[in-house]
Amino acid sequence: MRQLPPLTIIGGTLLTGSGDPVKGNVRCEGDRIVAVGDVAPQPGDRTLDATNRIVMPGLIDLGVFEIDKPAFHFGGITRAALMPDQPPPLDYPARVRFAASYGKPDFWVHPIAAATRGLEGSELPELGLMQEAGARAVSSGRKWIADSGVMLRILQYAAMLGLPFVSHAEDAGLAGDAVATDGETATRLGLSSAPAEAEALAVARDIALAELAGAHLHIRQVTTAAALDLVRAAKDRGAKVTCGVTPAHFMLSDIAVNGFLTFARLSPPLRAESDRMAVRRAIADGTIDVIASGHDPRGPEDKRLPFADAAPGMAGAETLLPLTLGLVRDEVIGMARFAELLCANPAKILGVAAGRLEAGLEADIAVVDADRPWIVDADRMEAQAGNTPFDKQPVQGRAIALFKGGMDLKG
Amino acid sequence: MTATNPPSSTRYPAGGEAFAHKDLTGISELAPWQILYLLDEAEQWVELNRQRTKHVDALAGLTIINAFFENSTRTLLSFEIAGKRLGADVVNMHAATSSVKKGETLIDTAATLNAMRVDAIVIRHASSGAVRLIADQVDCPVLNAGDGRHEHPTQALLDALTMRYWLRSRGIEEFNGLKVAICGDILHSRVARSNILLLTALGAVVRVCAPPALMPAAIEQMRVTAFHRFDAAIEGADVVMMLRLQNERMSGPFIPSAREYRHLYGLTQTRLERAAPHALVMHPGPMNRGVEIDSNVADLAERSAITGQVEMGVAIRMACLDVLTRRTRGVLGWEPLA
Repeated sequence: MRQLPPLTIIGGTLLTGSGDPVKGNVRCEGDRIVAVGDVAPQPGDRTLDATNRIVMPGLIDLGVFEIDKPAFHFGGITRAALMPDQPPPLDYPARVRFAASYGKPDFWVHPIAAATRGLEGSELPELGLMQEAGARAVSSGRKWIADSGVMLRILQYAAMLGLPFVSHAEDAGLAGDAVATDGETATRLGLSSAPAEAEALAVARDIALAELAGAHLHIRQVTTAAALDLVRAAKDRGAKVTCGVTPAHFMLSDIAVNGFLTFARLSPPLRAESDRMAVRRAIADGTIDVIASGHDPRGPEDKRLPFADAAPGMAGAETLLPLTLGLVRDEVIGMARFAELLCANPAKILGVAAGRLEAGLEADIAVVDADRPWIVDADRMEAQAGNTPFDKQPVQGRAIALFKGGMDLKG
Repeated sequence: MTATNPPSSTRYPAGGEAFAHKDLTGISELAPWQILYLLDEAEQWVELNRQRTKHVDALAGLTIINAFFENSTRTLLSFEIAGKRLGADVVNMHAATSSVKKGETLIDTAATLNAMRVDAIVIRHASSGAVRLIADQVDCPVLNAGDGRHEHPTQALLDALTMRYWLRSRGIEEFNGLKVAICGDILHSRVARSNILLLTALGAVVRVCAPPALMPAAIEQMRVTAFHRFDAAIEGADVVMMLRLQNERMSGPFIPSAREYRHLYGLTQTRLERAAPHALVMHPGPMNRGVEIDSNVADLAERSAITGQVEMGVAIRMACLDVLTRRTRGVLGWEPLA
């Protein structure tokens, strides 16, 4: 393939993934960043004027259910960790290898291996071979492994391989077939609901087993104050625990379910307002490490149904950036932390050399107009389906340029 | 068809302003005076149903579909009789024999019914919110005959009409301060939810009673007092409404057995004596005699309203079908909704 000319992005506000924003340039040769900061473009370079723009690493989305390139590129996302709940599940090395290559060169998929064969909750799959094929983590997918004996063995195996375990924290016995959180909304609407404590119970068990196994536990979504307290305490005593959340749980509470809106049918379900505020505090104080989209496009055949019959999930790739920028605007976090949550931390958890603007790393760069206003429209999204609970919401912030390995994706 | 003059304590806006809803999907959408409006409208049908000729041609030429995706005998029968007594062409659609079994989605079923230009659809469905989903897809009025655990508005209305006649027999016109105890599986009950909404809207004081596993979370946010002990809940109650305990709940994780349930939550003669001396006994039916209610209580002629409820049910459903189709029929003053 013909080498692209070097690229210099000039005059932007740089978020390197660590440290405060600083004005500067970024220069790339081939598919790598070669210099960040005080570097001048050379003759023959492609240049991009990023005055008044943010120049940041391409976003890394930890935990998506579909490789939906148009949606990811719209959202400034250059890499995503694909959840194993695929048809068929990612429980076989050849499937992992295929997933890892799918999307290249303009999008990189980091597959997450299934924790059990068929995601059925009992038998170990070939995690070692899957790691070699490109798996960057292990996960039980959308469900929680109820059998603690099985969970411990998987955690021990994952620890041995150095793979983080991405868990879904909802105690199966308590949660059952619940589609909502216990509370006034679920009671008024007559929806099957479970106490929010179902999350804390599962988190407590998973942390205890992870510490026992010496494994790195990443709880993909922590949405309640009680569970966040457990994560905070675990981190304080030095346990290898990280966690994430999607914008749904820091923007919305269970009131959004009123009217039986199936775009607000999510797993875990939306919580009480007090838990939403606890999530925002946890993002600010460092308890939460990652904000991800949970991208799960679902068409009308999955969503245009009575609430309990609809599939959970939202198409979150396009709103991840502007809604997280909203946290900066609301002074919940600063710009440096913004880049950590979306880029540097996901990369660190997945063990990939990315998520930072640093010489030697892949030239995965997003140029963002942080103030650009637009309105989320479920009918006109880039994603495969428009199931967003933020339909009609005005937002600010858009990736106006995106580079993967130095390639201009929006040219 | 002119209604008998409403009681002087109530006044309604003129024409279609009296009921500015396309559908009746729940009590939650109704203002308190709209509830009273429907009760007032039903009284003429109570009278008609006691005549030799129980038929008018008010809805002649209209097609009403009873789309029951969940089984029912009593409610279906009640709606069918109601529609026919008003002169409509009533068609019953059962899920078991319908294309739903072939995997047709609810949305497609709704579109099919809409294309057939039916004039009203009465829907019962096993999923909360399903009726609203269909109502938004069709042009004609939709009546909720029960959606999952969510609402059963005509049941609450007929219960209220039953209570109203009983109150009148004691010289009382208003529901204010009426002490009502609803006892049974509140968690799974759409009858409970609709009744709570209606009774609290009219000023009644509502108590709910259930074992912890069958009591919804945050139920007191619906302005009721929650009890786990039936003896405490029934103390001094003016109305005791018993809910049916479904067979599948009777043994296992929720309740250990039917006899244990009767022991703790059954309406026995002894328990009834704790209620107010005049207390009315109600049950939406069908009853599990000897479980949630003893036969000798259910059959107490002076105190039990259970058969009366069924009679009121037909009248209420006639009122709802009449009011909701007035716009279609071009009744004077009932303009199409914006």
